[in-house]
Amino acid sequence: MIGVGRAKHNLNVVDSPLGKGKSEVSLSAFAFLFSELVQYNQGKVENIAELEEAGFGVGIQILELLCHREKANRRETRVLGILSFVHSTVADSLEKGTEHEDEYMISEKELLVNKFVSVPASMGGFNCGTFVAGIVKGVLDGAGFPASVTAHFVAVEGQTRSRTTILVKFAEEVVQRDAPLA
Amino acid sequence: MSSTACFVIVSRNDSPIYESEVGTAPKKDEAAHLHQFILHASLDIVQDVVWNTNNMFLKVVDKFNDLLVSVYVTAGHTRLMLLHDSRNEDGIKNFFQEVHELYIKMLLNPLYVPGSRISSPFFDTRVRALARKYL
Repeated sequence: MIGVGRAKHNLNVVDSPLGKGKSEVSLSAFAFLFSELVQYNQGKVENIAELEEAGFGVGIQILELLCHREKANRRETRVLGILSFVHSTVADSLEKGTEHEDEYMISEKELLVNKFVSVPASMGGFNCGTFVAGIVKGVLDGAGFPASVTAHFVAVEGQTRSRTTILVKFAEEVVQRDAPLA
Repeated sequence: MSSTACFVIVSRNDSPIYESEVGTAPKKDEAAHLHQFILHASLDIVQDVVWNTNNMFLKVVDKFNDLLVSVYVTAGHTRLMLLHDSRNEDGIKNFFQEVHELYIKMLLNPLYVPGSRISSPFFDTRVRALARKYL
């Protein structure tokens, strides 16, 4: 139980203050935890799906928590609004897809989760950025914008490691609902 | 001063997560069913209103006889709905904000599946205490 050592205060999680959170957490602790998560998933058949689902759960929690801490009780009702919210927490750049109306791309040069990961050639297209894609999917889905989200490597000349791009494709209903508001 | 008040938390998949009667009026069996019915009927109205505004507190969205339905929507589209007969808007808003914080704390539990029922007695006690304080 949380705080059971300090018996006088904070006997239960609902009594502890929600707080502003720590601005810094240990990178190595996170890297260790994430590598364990990936290894745990490798025992199962569908690696990618499980990793994404783990991210999905995190996304739902993080949406509520961040909105509460940072935006003081205002929600997002527009596609662009929720995308900027995601972009400010995750990545470098946000772009709109050219082929289809409902596709957007968020990309980052060196995704934190991929920093300490090297993928052997035998595993082909496995990308640990799927975890981040799962988080994004959780945030979008939780806010009422169902979308399919995938992570891709994009090779860039002049750099050894490629950029990671997260492709967001919104569902039909979101486009229809958002169009008259634009 | 006795007041009726029925409080329900509905997840974004429209399944109830938590419900309780928090008013000070004496309990009547038929009234409980009626209260739940009124709250579920007003879910449709909430669906429409929710996309028109950025606010979380939606004030009064529906009225039935002399009972009012006030709704507060969280970022994850979890609806906190209160059926009441008083008109204490500030008190209701503060009540919703405090319950919202409680809900976030429950959500932070990694073993809690979002959308499942909240059965913690601590949560229940705190909600009732908040209701006595603000309503």
